[in-house]
Amino acid sequence: MVSVLILGFILIVIGFWGILVKKNMIKIVLGIAISETGLQLSMISIGYIYHRTAPILNDAVPRSSAVKMVVDPVPQALVLTAIVIGVAVNALLLSYVISLYKHKKSLNISDYKELKW
Amino acid sequence: MIKRILSIIVISLFAYMLYLLVSGWEPGKELNSLAANYVGREPAELGAPNVVTAIVVTYRGLDTLGEVTVLFLAASGVGLFLHLSGKSGKNDRAKKKREASEILRTGATMLLAPIVMFGTYIFINGHLSPGGGFQGGAVIASGLLLLFVTFPSYRTKYSALSAVESFSGAFYVIVGLFGFLLAGGFLDNRFLPLGSYGQVLSAGAIPVIYTLIGLKVGTELTGILEHMKGSSE
Repeated sequence: MVSVLILGFILIVIGFWGILVKKNMIKIVLGIAISETGLQLSMISIGYIYHRTAPILNDAVPRSSAVKMVVDPVPQALVLTAIVIGVAVNALLLSYVISLYKHKKSLNISDYKELKW
Repeated sequence: MIKRILSIIVISLFAYMLYLLVSGWEPGKELNSLAANYVGREPAELGAPNVVTAIVVTYRGLDTLGEVTVLFLAASGVGLFLHLSGKSGKNDRAKKKREASEILRTGATMLLAPIVMFGTYIFINGHLSPGGGFQGGAVIASGLLLLFVTFPSYRTKYSALSAVESFSGAFYVIVGLFGFLLAGGFLDNRFLPLGSYGQVLSAGAIPVIYTLIGLKVGTELTGILEHMKGSSE
């Protein structure tokens, strides 16, 4: 699972590159979404243990020896909600961008100087 | 130019930090004590085969209530932004939209019911198999997205949507309070009988709570999609 962790970290760095360097606001939102995906991948891979199965204790995983057979369920529970929240927050950011664009007809973040000091 | 160099320095430092994390990382061999505790005592205590569901709905149920609140706030924020900005640009929305092709129309009408049914299946079986309220709600919203793409003039019944959303949100808290009054604490699932392990109607209140979460997430994401489609024409 080290490969998935590395992939997740690469995606986080790519997303941060998008957030810091790009001028187009939609690309900044996409950068946030990409780094979020990378974060979720790396969280899942940290909870993974080799040669073990999903934390669902049905017939294949007897309850008595479940502790020796399943991967860590806590990061999975975290990521499960984080994905849906991420979708909603991205929708909020995009609608903010839409509303800014309707106001000034520009997607370039340098045109919005009101918050600069 | 200086800003770009600064960004490159910041990002390379950040990447170096992540590289140090990866190079010193050893894959786990055993569950840590918290996870071992959850996995070891969960089946006898709560009776849900899916440990992730038990953590999300019961052990960390208060956090899930918080997450649902964040989702609600984000959905209302989308509505606020798009409603405010939609008012000024009303006139240039008047032009007629092209109708969808016959393949899309037939496919969407055929697929909508199975997609909604599949979403319902996912959240009703959330305590038995992978999936749950969040995933099932997202599947239902994707079915409605298909409907929005195919029939641009289609509008959901706003009053019904917000009624389902408020009902499920309120009952989520009420079910939590029942756990507080009749069992061990807020959002405790054991005020309903645990039933036989592995059946659909088992694990106390977990299926009830996940159904409510599924309805809430489904209606909220549908609301977001409808606002993004631009229903204010």
